Amino acid sequence: MNDLTAVAPRQSRFSWRGLAPWVISLVVLMVIPLLVSSGTAFTLLNLIAINIVFALSYNMLLGQGGMLSFGHAVFFGLGSYAAMHVMNLIDDASYAGEGFWAHFPVLGLPLVGMLAGGLAALIVGWPFCRRAGTAFAMITLGLGELAAAAGQMFPSVFGGEAGVVSNRMVGPQWFGLELAQSADVYWFMAFWLFVAVLGMWAFTRTPLGRLSNAVRDNAERLQFIGYQPRNVRFMVFIASGAFGGLAGAMAAVNFEIITPESLGLVPSGLALLMAAVGGLGVFYGPIVGAIVVTLMNSLLSDYTDASILYVGLIFLAIVMFAPRGLGGGIEQVRVAWRDGELARRLPGWLSGAVAVLLFAAGLTVLVELLFQWRHGQDELAQVLGMNFDPRLPWGWLAMVVFFAAGVLVKRATNKLREDNA
Amino acid sequence: MLKSIFTFLAASVLLVSTANAETVKLALIDPLSGAMAGAGQPALSHMQFEAERLNAKGGLNGNKIEIVGYDNKVNPQESLVQLQKAIDDGVRYIVQGNGSSVASALISAVDKHNRRNPGKEVLFLNYAAVDPAFTNERCTFWHFRFDANADMKMNAITSWMADRKDIKKVYLINQDYSFGHAVSEAAREMLKEKRPDIEVVGNDFHPLGKVKDFTPYVSKIKASGADAVITGNWGQDITLLVKAAADYGLQAPFLTYYGASSGVVTQTGDKGVDRIYQINEYYGDFDDPEMAKRQVAMYKEKGWDFYYLRLSTMMEMLKKATDQAKSIDPVKVAFTLEDLSMDTPTGEVTMRKSDHQIQLPLFMSVMKGDMKYGAEGTDYNFHKIAEISREDVSLPTTCEMRRPKQ
Amino acid sequence: MLEVIIFSLLNGILYGLLLFMLSSGLTLIFSMMGVLNFAHASFYMLGAYFAYSLGMHIGFWPSLILAPILVAVVGALVERFGLRRVHVNGHVAELLFTFGLAYVIDEVVRLIWGTVPVAYMAPASLQQPLFNLFGVEYSMFRGVAMLIAILMFVALWFLLKKTRVGMMIRAALTHGEMVGHLGHNVPRLFMCVFGFGCALAGLAGVIGGPLLTTEPGMAATLGPIVFVVVVVGGMGSLPGAFYASLLIGLLQTFFVAIDASIGDILNGIGMNVDPYGEVTGITLANLAPMTPFILLVLILIFRPRGLMGELEP
Repeated sequence: MNDLTAVAPRQSRFSWRGLAPWVISLVVLMVIPLLVSSGTAFTLLNLIAINIVFALSYNMLLGQGGMLSFGHAVFFGLGSYAAMHVMNLIDDASYAGEGFWAHFPVLGLPLVGMLAGGLAALIVGWPFCRRAGTAFAMITLGLGELAAAAGQMFPSVFGGEAGVVSNRMVGPQWFGLELAQSADVYWFMAFWLFVAVLGMWAFTRTPLGRLSNAVRDNAERLQFIGYQPRNVRFMVFIASGAFGGLAGAMAAVNFEIITPESLGLVPSGLALLMAAVGGLGVFYGPIVGAIVVTLMNSLLSDYTDASILYVGLIFLAIVMFAPRGLGGGIEQVRVAWRDGELARRLPGWLSGAVAVLLFAAGLTVLVELLFQWRHGQDELAQVLGMNFDPRLPWGWLAMVVFFAAGVLVKRATNKLREDNA
Repeated sequence: MLKSIFTFLAASVLLVSTANAETVKLALIDPLSGAMAGAGQPALSHMQFEAERLNAKGGLNGNKIEIVGYDNKVNPQESLVQLQKAIDDGVRYIVQGNGSSVASALISAVDKHNRRNPGKEVLFLNYAAVDPAFTNERCTFWHFRFDANADMKMNAITSWMADRKDIKKVYLINQDYSFGHAVSEAAREMLKEKRPDIEVVGNDFHPLGKVKDFTPYVSKIKASGADAVITGNWGQDITLLVKAAADYGLQAPFLTYYGASSGVVTQTGDKGVDRIYQINEYYGDFDDPEMAKRQVAMYKEKGWDFYYLRLSTMMEMLKKATDQAKSIDPVKVAFTLEDLSMDTPTGEVTMRKSDHQIQLPLFMSVMKGDMKYGAEGTDYNFHKIAEISREDVSLPTTCEMRRPKQ
Repeated sequence: MLEVIIFSLLNGILYGLLLFMLSSGLTLIFSMMGVLNFAHASFYMLGAYFAYSLGMHIGFWPSLILAPILVAVVGALVERFGLRRVHVNGHVAELLFTFGLAYVIDEVVRLIWGTVPVAYMAPASLQQPLFNLFGVEYSMFRGVAMLIAILMFVALWFLLKKTRVGMMIRAALTHGEMVGHLGHNVPRLFMCVFGFGCALAGLAGVIGGPLLTTEPGMAATLGPIVFVVVVVGGMGSLPGAFYASLLIGLLQTFFVAIDASIGDILNGIGMNVDPYGEVTGITLANLAPMTPFILLVLILIFRPRGLMGELEP
């Protein structure tokens, strides 16, 4: 999974080609508000922006540093809390009209989150970074559990179950950004998203970013050439915590509330999920993953009661059949396109995609039928606009047909893909 | 050609929107999937069940009620996303109950939304989030609570205990988070006032949903010689606690807030009989024949027990308010709803104007076997042993309500 | 006081043994395949649900045997068609696979058995008290559960130390390639060990189901604690897992019984603090359920190879 980033870049010389993705994404970020207008769309966009930064910061650990963490949400949450408390300070100071905080804009809060996340990682990180692998995974698991418990135990800092609430429309306004509607917040999110992604990409280009890849691939060899793997891991851990905190502060501004559960295992698992679905080996993988997983989390539940199961199944399928993730797939297509091989490879890929879709359809029918059979209330399973009655054989038959068709397509086109290899 | 397609599309959009104008959407933002779905699904079923009944009686001021479920996975931040989705779908009435964290997020979000979007106000109808702060220091005009808050329930429990002279030693065990601490604190204060002779022999907190084996706690309770245990535990924490107590032969009654929540009856079975007491606005052996009929019909149709009487109360009050205001505009309805009184099968209830906290009688009930209407398909259910009047439940408020201009 | 000590001891040992039933399977799988199976607690849950469903038709005792076998079959299938496929992509991929698997099993259980707990109870004959001490009853089922756990421990020891299969497994643990060269089918051995480890978890589920509760969240709450046991005991060490299980079981149970707060302790050593403050008011009993995680972090910092482990993880 590393071969994609492991390709050494040519000397980092300024090139228009390298700048293109950034210009394009900047244009996309500017154009989006012209295309959408509904509050839901903006709310989802803002959430996606937060999750992109969160997933990318997680991938600094796992994808680039080879450290599997189950406690990344601790830094996200602490950054969020820090931003929230500062937002309340700004609020109080603005009423009084004096003091340092009265002049601090809400726009700058992500810096506070970044500071808090980085500081937290600095304080706890040193003993954690002795080893990567299972030991690191376990110790971060412990950290996550302890932080989540502490969040409930100290209500004066974490606000108890109800959390800490604040108001983002305080302090000096910069650039006329009122932050009242989610459409206003979008500009805030777009700005920080761009800055953070640029920052994290730049990090991969620093010597430290390179060393973190080396420590992932072979820590021993790194030691031989005179670098302490532990120091490298520690510094990556701090940077990742800082960006995690930045994402947390973005969340604080977006939601204006933060509760102790955002420190726990569930959001940590979400970061892992997003990064792995998107692909750990490609820089933009987690971006893809964050978009897909966020949309699935928030929209899928409108259509089915088994939404979490589908997310899990997709995750499992990706780990099993496409270990490079969605981003890895995109990268493969891009490389083929660049090498002029796309036309030759496309039939194999497309037929493979058809087989996957057929399997997915069969699985969906199965899950929905099972669901209706066990707890059916409307009694009919709805899949792709069709209604199936679990007591009649048709739905089950359709499922078998889908699976069989999937197998047939896969068998028939195996050859197309073998040629590619 | 293109133009005709366009007009067709526009016409169909128009058609949909006029169709919407005749339905009032109530959005339930609660866990509908995942670990906590067992708490949200029964509420959704209950609301759908009641909506069908009320629609047959004319709906809200002649408008049909439509219940829409939004899955929030008990996550406050996800709830805000779902809130935005609901608002964009044209929902003006938000219903939520599970988790004070979610309620806290919704209260402040709804308040901000209404201030930032005049003319598009949304009401938040809370049916189960019991943090007293929501109708005290954090009260807002847009929030209405149809459940007794944590302090009111404790007021009822201690009022009932005032006459039970056989209880001399009380043990408090609660979940280690803000709600559990509020229960423990309220219990100690109110007992001191109503039964100064009672000794609090233990005051334990355990982490929320983390304890698998409650026997150590039970042996502590047993050793303390307590005559009664007061707990605000819910979900797994109440089931496991009572099971461990029964295994141990601990006879002290458990005075609970949520002893009848789904799963407890199934899990404890015989062990819960005469052991689990619950303070609630509802109990299993309802004497009203019309209610009994609904109770049976609901389990048959929806597969969930008729547990949330307060959801029925909430929807009936909403109907009364819309009919009286002759409007379904949330602001007008809110002004009618505050100070509205209504007769229910358990007595008269009032939405108190000063803090939007419902005032209602509560009932102490105890789990029994061989009941006429069993819960969760068993023959166990909760049997009423005492009614605590509205006056004995009620508590003063510190709320300073800010109202919009009418 | 004496009764608290005696019962805390009994409960701590029972809880510890239950943990050991889970962690022994996990340890076997880990030492053989190098995979920390995140879904291990999910197999424990499957054991409980299978026993519940089977028990409705064939009774408790037959399902005590049958449910773990079913779990073993599920586990073997998972290894054969899932884990083996992922194996080539390295350990992180394997960890991710089991992480996703836990997710999916939890949801499938919700799909099939519903979100509310099911009524899986100990058979009526075992619900009577076994003995009565200081007016406290100790139920027969707890005694039986303890007996089954001890029997399992003895059988496991016998299997590994005294049988040919056990010898093969032990050999494969340390010299996997050599065993392969000698003509044994190592992948099949892996599959069997994985299935066997899952069966142990399933057995723990059959017992733990009625003892605790059978609900879809039972895996998620117990899972992390089992990892703690394995790490604290030393990764891959069965005796280590045994001692760590008992240690954590006893520690958790005894801490609950102690009401002294941090403030009390500080005051005891001469510092003058408010015993009811937010930090100083925390009692050991409050901390009890968190002790495994505190222990985990401390062990990994100060003695990374665990109590009895030979290698650092």
